[in-house]
Amino acid sequence: MASEQNKKLKLYSYWRSSCSFRVRIALNLKGLKYDYKPVNLLKGEQSHPEFLKLNPVGFVPVLVDGDFVLADSLPIIMYLDDKYPQHPLLPSDIHKRAINFQASHIVSSAIQPLQNLSVLNYIGEKVGPDEKLAWVQSVLRKGFTALEKLLKDHTGRYATGDEIFLADVFLAPQLHAAFTRFSIPMNEFPILSRLYETYNATPAFQEALPQNQPDAVQ
Amino acid sequence: MGIGRKVVLYSYWLSSCSWRIRFALSHKGIPYEYKAVDLVKGEQFSPEFEKLNPLHCVPVLVDDNVVVSDSYAIFLHLEQKYTRKPLLPVDPQIRALNLQIASVINSSIQPHHMIGALKDMEKMFGAETKQWAQYKIDKGFLALEKLTKNVAGTYATGERIYMADVFLAPQIMQAVNRFDIDMSKYPTLRKLSETYKGLAEFHASSPQSQPDACTTVD
Repeated sequence: MASEQNKKLKLYSYWRSSCSFRVRIALNLKGLKYDYKPVNLLKGEQSHPEFLKLNPVGFVPVLVDGDFVLADSLPIIMYLDDKYPQHPLLPSDIHKRAINFQASHIVSSAIQPLQNLSVLNYIGEKVGPDEKLAWVQSVLRKGFTALEKLLKDHTGRYATGDEIFLADVFLAPQLHAAFTRFSIPMNEFPILSRLYETYNATPAFQEALPQNQPDAVQ
Repeated sequence: MGIGRKVVLYSYWLSSCSWRIRFALSHKGIPYEYKAVDLVKGEQFSPEFEKLNPLHCVPVLVDDNVVVSDSYAIFLHLEQKYTRKPLLPVDPQIRALNLQIASVINSSIQPHHMIGALKDMEKMFGAETKQWAQYKIDKGFLALEKLTKNVAGTYATGERIYMADVFLAPQIMQAVNRFDIDMSKYPTLRKLSETYKGLAEFHASSPQSQPDACTTVD
């Protein structure tokens, strides 16, 4: 039976990658089933020739949808939103859309790249392992301070109102990393910590958590 | 036809992120008011500017009563609101590729060599920040070369100017002029850069054409 429903999506992901976490949330929100293909970043599997054929940049996540291969969390999520319109991830109001784009980019360009694995390894090597946490915390604090200001006139139950949109998909993994791995005290950021608790009670987010993935290491 | 409605762009002449948006506005034929933010004098930290962007970065776009910061977010906002001369293709795979190329630049390259991030790193690494910036640019350009070499035509993803070109043009110029990147390693990118230099919108948006351009550089 070669029907649309039987053609399964494949997601190349690493359990702890916050970029992969974003796509897992989006897939769950849209009720899309997928094959989970683990890529072990610590073992360098992202540099293996078979993976580089899929994404020459050597990053997760990568989504395979039939003949389409897509890489990078934002293009993947925008593709999913175009092709599978159930549970739209962008609001129709243009102003609210702009807030969602900004919040997601504060995460994806002002925070995440400055504290990802490659940066931490470099800092550990060149400066010292003790500096890594201080660096990450300063990056997180700058970004979170900006997010608190951006969102304060827009939050409802979720980041930009009472429905889950793009901003939530990007925020949840970043907040998870900050509060569980990098010891940022939640009370410093009241809006973000309230959102974090809301995400933790929402099934689509819970199922996407790192520790619930097939390649999670306990 | 929107008479009296004004688009305002907060920009710094040398900022490659601001350049991207100047390029897009020029390409789409959208007139705008230029408001200079002198990053060297620290004008991005003024209380008035902080209200516009709590992350203290340019560019910021004010369009009617919508305030958008982050060049990727501004780009998507402009693309959705001003549909003349589209900068994203309809084909889903090429569209996703443009989003990915822009994302590599916006998240994996530029944040690592922006003035603020380098100053923070100088406190930790001392004189090595230029090498760090070059390392990140080279890593990113290697990825971009791989992404474009089989799809580039006159422009990055074919025969029309799209988002990838808008982000590539300023990034390549910045890499060569400020960080001495050897472009002979990236023949596709180098060829694209030569093509961009022949475009009217490239010249209109380039640093030297801006109201706040200086004849001497610090």
